[in-house]
Amino acid sequence: MTSTHADYRLSQLDQLEAESIHISREVAAEFEKPVLMFSGGKDSIVMLRLAEKAFYPAKIPFPMLQVDTGYDFPEVLACRDNWVNRLGVRMIVASVEEAIANKVVVDDGKTSRNRLQIGTLLHAIEEEGFTAAFGGGRRDEEKARAKERVYSHRDEFGQWDPKMQRPELWSLYNGRLHAGEHMRIFPLSNWTELDIWHYIGQEGIEIPSIYFSHQRRVFERDGMLLSESDYNPLKPGEEVTERTVRFRTVGDLTLTGCVESPAATIPEIIDEVAASRITERGATRGDDRFSEAAMEDRKKEGYF
Amino acid sequence: MATNENTALSAAKTQGGQKMDMLRFATAGSVDDGKSTLIGRLLLDSKAIFEDQLAAVEQSSQSKGFDYTDLSLLTDGLRSEREQGITIDVAYRYFATPKRKFIIADTPGHVQYTRNMVTGASTADLGLVLVDARQGLTEQSRRHAVILSLLRVPHLVLAVNKMDLVDYDQATYDKIHAEFTSFATKLAIPDLEIIPISALKGDNVVVRSENMPWYEGQSLIHHLENVHVASDRDLVDTRFPVQYVVRPKSDDFHDYRGYAGMVAGGVLKPGDEVMALPSGLTSKIAGIDLHEKEIAEAFPPMSVTVRLEDDIDVSRGDMLCRPANAPKPSQDIDAMVCWMTNEPLRPRQKLAIKHTTRSGRALVKDIQYRLDVNTLHRDQETKELGLNEIGRVQLRTTVPLLCDPYSKNRTTGSFILIDEATGTTVGAGMINSGT
Repeated sequence: MTSTHADYRLSQLDQLEAESIHISREVAAEFEKPVLMFSGGKDSIVMLRLAEKAFYPAKIPFPMLQVDTGYDFPEVLACRDNWVNRLGVRMIVASVEEAIANKVVVDDGKTSRNRLQIGTLLHAIEEEGFTAAFGGGRRDEEKARAKERVYSHRDEFGQWDPKMQRPELWSLYNGRLHAGEHMRIFPLSNWTELDIWHYIGQEGIEIPSIYFSHQRRVFERDGMLLSESDYNPLKPGEEVTERTVRFRTVGDLTLTGCVESPAATIPEIIDEVAASRITERGATRGDDRFSEAAMEDRKKEGYF
Repeated sequence: MATNENTALSAAKTQGGQKMDMLRFATAGSVDDGKSTLIGRLLLDSKAIFEDQLAAVEQSSQSKGFDYTDLSLLTDGLRSEREQGITIDVAYRYFATPKRKFIIADTPGHVQYTRNMVTGASTADLGLVLVDARQGLTEQSRRHAVILSLLRVPHLVLAVNKMDLVDYDQATYDKIHAEFTSFATKLAIPDLEIIPISALKGDNVVVRSENMPWYEGQSLIHHLENVHVASDRDLVDTRFPVQYVVRPKSDDFHDYRGYAGMVAGGVLKPGDEVMALPSGLTSKIAGIDLHEKEIAEAFPPMSVTVRLEDDIDVSRGDMLCRPANAPKPSQDIDAMVCWMTNEPLRPRQKLAIKHTTRSGRALVKDIQYRLDVNTLHRDQETKELGLNEIGRVQLRTTVPLLCDPYSKNRTTGSFILIDEATGTTVGAGMINSGT
């Protein structure tokens, strides 16, 4: 047993953990068919870890859903498989390729895989009849997310209406739905990027190796360093070099840039993140850089 | 700024240390009080704002023709707000210093947005109200203080802003100080601090200002870092609303049966005698689990799983407490209700109610009075509550609520009302008593 708390204080990580576990349990108790949306990134891994803690020693009482863009990093898929095997959770993979083949979404050659994920995801939620979908979004990520609720209501079209959000008071969450609607659940709402890293360090959580410094063949495009890959054909003038890099976010590898970094351990990453002057998305996500309101627009359409 | 930079860096590094705790505070004030500027400054000085975010704001400031960086653009997130130039909802912001992580619930000040302020205040340990030193106390600042007091936010800071525009004049501050202190005696505000600042110039925000040598108190950040919140929780009256029953039924944990929940009051220890409500059956705590760890005690707001020695019937919506210290299950509830939707609340109306982990239905038996949050006048003539109005309401519920007065416990004393047709949250209630 752990020792008695002299002053009954909880660290911020303990408080955040307690809140997230509370949310996961509310959802499991009140929704008919929840699902955990898993991107393979550090945030969704922390969310999965919190779900593991919430129901231990029972198994997590809902499946995981991943949207396979077809352009995922192999290291991310390997890490995902480790988690799935250890926890024994059912994993549903919704493939963008298949969604394109079945004409659920249209690949016009100009739209990014990240954007095509939206239609694929909504289709999967509808097909399986999920009523609540956990997402790893944090409010500190982006201005449009600062107003997101923990329980975020989505209409029959999966859309988010920022003006129609339900007030959310105390720790009383309202999960009422009409047929065809669903709820997005954000148990990490109050975590910051640094909280996530500290928690990964504290708990010794396994995350994909690409978050740590490694040698990679990369090239520059639009000011970002992208990984050399069959999915990323070089344009004239682009040149591949080997550099010491790591990724700050994981996503579609044609759009997710890496940063040059020697940070090979969690404490080194924490120092680097703390000293960084650019948000993780601003630095390395092509899909968020197009306009100031890019995230707000994608959210309204039904993005995570 | 050099010192600030060091502060921010060490803040980030020490985050996660055992000593670091968390403070949630709600801010209130109108666009003109400089609230967004203050929040922008807190975020900027604690390095919670990044270069790309600042660059975006500088760009929009320029395109709007401003000759300064409009820090309020950092917080007015949604496009519809930017277009209208107002903040329409509760927004949450995060920053940290070496001592604490802070969560700001930023709420707009306009009269029509009382519901947002109630929402933001519901989870706050501290309320921060801004007034413009040139204007002095307004109806709005009084309203904000009343709402924070109704929501039992235990600490209040009145920031007298724009001191630079009154030449850092002590008399201006003293007048506001006297007026507000006298007003606050009518409210439930156990801890009050009144700080003269200039959010724009940075006076008394992070470091004490040399422009106001007559002010002997602390800077705003220093106060936020040090305000004592540990005693705000109830560590005496054990309240454990059962959220979920954990039954693995696996080979390794064949007979495991645990009651999962978040501690709402008191300290739970193995060996403690407990009573389950509403059944009244008693047992002893066999163990308390937090994932794979067995822990020696659980207190608010920990999320744990409690095992009992006896196999008594306990399910979601029930509550564990001590046999000699239990809330009385009540179906007749007397509460202050903040109404949050256009269609008014009227007697005989039926609504869904959620209280701790219990859900049921509620019938509005009577609306005793409507509280004028500007004057504290009780209007007994009106028999309905409109949007953003607060009043004293009698409810009859289908299930007994295992409740305490809100003044004793903010978790077991609060509930939400839900419109059964639309599914929307339409009311927030704070229980006076249950009979």
